[in-house]
Amino acid sequence: MIVELGHFCLVIACVLAGLQMVLPSVGLFRGNFLLINTGRSLASGVFLFTVLSFCALTYAFLTNDFSVAYVARNSNTLLPWQYQFSAVWGAHEGSFLLWTLVMSTWTLLVANFSKPLSDEFRARVLIVMAGLSVGFYLFLLLTSNPFERTLPFYPSEGADLNPLLQDFGLIVHPPLLYMGYVGLAVPFAFAIASLWSNQLDVSWARWSRPWTNAAWAFLTLGITLGSWWAYYELGWGGWWFWDAVENASFMPWLIATALIHSLAATEKRGVFKSWTVLLAVFGFSFSLLGAFLVRSGILTSVHAFAVDAERGQAILWFITIVIGGSLTLYSLRAWNLKSVVGFDKSGRENFILANNLLLTISAAVILVGTLYPLAYEALNDGAKISVGPPYFNAVFVPLMLPLLVLMAFSQRSQWAATDLRVLVYGQGRLLAGSTVLGFGVALLLGALDLWICGIATLAFWLTLNLGMELRRRVKGRQAPWRRLLKQPLAVWSMVIGHFGIAVVALGIVSAVMMSEETDLRMAPGDTATVGDLEVKFLGTEAVQGPNYLSDQGRLEVYRAGQLLAVLQPEKRRYLASQSIMTEADILVRFAGDIYVALGEPLSEGAWAVRIHIKPLVRLIWIGGVLIGLSGFLSLLDRRYRVRSVLREKEISERQGSETAYV
Amino acid sequence: MKFGPMKAHRRARLLQILFLLVLAGLATTFLLQALNSNINLFYSPVQVTSGEVPLGQRIRVGGMVEAGSIIRASDSLKVGFNVTDLAGSTFEVNYTGILPDLFREGQGVVATGEFTRDGLFEAEEILAKHDEKYMPPEVAMALEAGDSASSALP
Repeated sequence: MIVELGHFCLVIACVLAGLQMVLPSVGLFRGNFLLINTGRSLASGVFLFTVLSFCALTYAFLTNDFSVAYVARNSNTLLPWQYQFSAVWGAHEGSFLLWTLVMSTWTLLVANFSKPLSDEFRARVLIVMAGLSVGFYLFLLLTSNPFERTLPFYPSEGADLNPLLQDFGLIVHPPLLYMGYVGLAVPFAFAIASLWSNQLDVSWARWSRPWTNAAWAFLTLGITLGSWWAYYELGWGGWWFWDAVENASFMPWLIATALIHSLAATEKRGVFKSWTVLLAVFGFSFSLLGAFLVRSGILTSVHAFAVDAERGQAILWFITIVIGGSLTLYSLRAWNLKSVVGFDKSGRENFILANNLLLTISAAVILVGTLYPLAYEALNDGAKISVGPPYFNAVFVPLMLPLLVLMAFSQRSQWAATDLRVLVYGQGRLLAGSTVLGFGVALLLGALDLWICGIATLAFWLTLNLGMELRRRVKGRQAPWRRLLKQPLAVWSMVIGHFGIAVVALGIVSAVMMSEETDLRMAPGDTATVGDLEVKFLGTEAVQGPNYLSDQGRLEVYRAGQLLAVLQPEKRRYLASQSIMTEADILVRFAGDIYVALGEPLSEGAWAVRIHIKPLVRLIWIGGVLIGLSGFLSLLDRRYRVRSVLREKEISERQGSETAYV
Repeated sequence: MKFGPMKAHRRARLLQILFLLVLAGLATTFLLQALNSNINLFYSPVQVTSGEVPLGQRIRVGGMVEAGSIIRASDSLKVGFNVTDLAGSTFEVNYTGILPDLFREGQGVVATGEFTRDGLFEAEEILAKHDEKYMPPEVAMALEAGDSASSALP
């Protein structure tokens, strides 16, 4: 009963979203204020019914209702309750329900936290978002209904959730990632609304900035968490595989990163107007492309859901409509998106231009590598190929190096034109200082490798430049330290975000260049030497978990005869699905994670054992979190709030003169 | 139309455009080169047994792990097994290292590596599927190819 209600709620949500698209449109056409404003209240309705629907599916999971096909496939009575809960979004249908829930959340937020917008403009934004929602709901209802029953012959026990997903990471990773993916629909809707209303001044950039920052911050955290999860849960000790689905999340991130920078330039200086609109369109298009790649099963990937041509086709149609429609609108309207102000070669605008070029090119080359197997297959009569990580490294790294250099320089750039003397002042000393620091880090890590020295130097150079920029802002003033704290949050956000990039760069280079990786056969009592550590394998013992049996290994890690830790990696066999899972154990140290995982049991109690030492690998995720937090920090900046109050005043003054719609 | 001496700003614009075109050309060349040197072609067991595979070139192969064919060394992580399309085409694979959790007899597998001699594949990387229900498209294709090849025989 509850399940049917859930299904019904989903239908209602779909209908309400349809109304939310149609009614305000009619209102705009007729100049009817009442209809124009229906979008806001309908947003609450759509949200409410989607939440109810989501709760119904959750209820089905928590009560082990295996008459629901989706529950039967992805849950089990032995599954601990927190994983029964997260299993709601553990496979295709439920995760798409989460997707629509996130979409309705963003729509609700836009409807209620958009005071500076005129009623008419808000209505247009909400119409675009409602249109997208209708597409999502129809896709869910027609191709991937999570409420489908298997009556009358339903299984008495569920097939269990994929063991890889029985983890804290899965509880948090998809919601964060979806907040990011779907959040990019907001700047998209703002861009389309401004094209549609021909309101092509810079105000749309100002309004969509906080939303874009928020979506980008969620996306950053989602990707970071995904990388961390892959590291400790997949049992391979890697943190990025250039897998098709990882790329699917990384491409929108790159575009969104370009977008938040170009939005700043558009808002502050009125430049790159049409380019910014394009980026907003492409950011969301890449999100949809990601959904397509993951859900069509068209590419071999560790993440891929089961192959389903029908779903893939439906999403492909949706993408075609969204991209085709928005580009058509763009081509009709973009001619009057002229930038009025110019800027000098030394201006901050130019740095942002370079940033945008490098970021979009990197997104493009990743796209080429990701889709090339499909194109090749189509052109060569079904021949299958794969594009390996070496391709991505070869094209991505050379694009990121100049980006780091520019980032360091750009910190003290100013809008319109920067005095070149200001730009280069003291850079020599900073560079010298960071070179010393870079070599210092390389020495500490124990290798004077060119890559490590180089990247560490760049990372320190960027950091020192950030410090100098902060210093410039308070230099010569009274009480500089207090003044530092009083800097606008937007400044801190910028500093912390870029510092996060430096941290990630250092983490990546040391994890890539300095990792010690050993896979070997170990019998109980064997000792292996890895780097400066000795690892002694004491054998395994059987352990029982709530829904699995496990062989728990015991390994003692010694350094110079001193016991550092006892690690207990596990090899689990999940009872319901009989699937095997590796549970790595990791000793977190500053000098480097010690990562131990069991391979498979060999003869005479011996095991295949994987021992990795990964220096500074944590910096990758710490940096990622810093970058994400910087996005949220920027939302709190009071400039946004002050401006919205001013804006409101301005609009109420203008209200009388606005009568023409459409 | 008259082709007089170009105005200075026009010439500058032309140079800019030419520069961008050259840059784009270089970038595309570099990209295609990077792409072509890093693609791994996929071969099915039928293609292997019919001698279509190149020796000493990095490729991918896939099929089912033949039941009862897994042999392990007793002192290292060396392992050998046969990959089959269940329709009569089989070849050997050697690998040193830890096999994925879902690697099992009678299950689909995709390996990256090279043929060092006819019928012996030295794998650098073994991928098994990550989800019980998920079959890598390559393996599905390899099995299909095997089926159609064997049904074409009299």
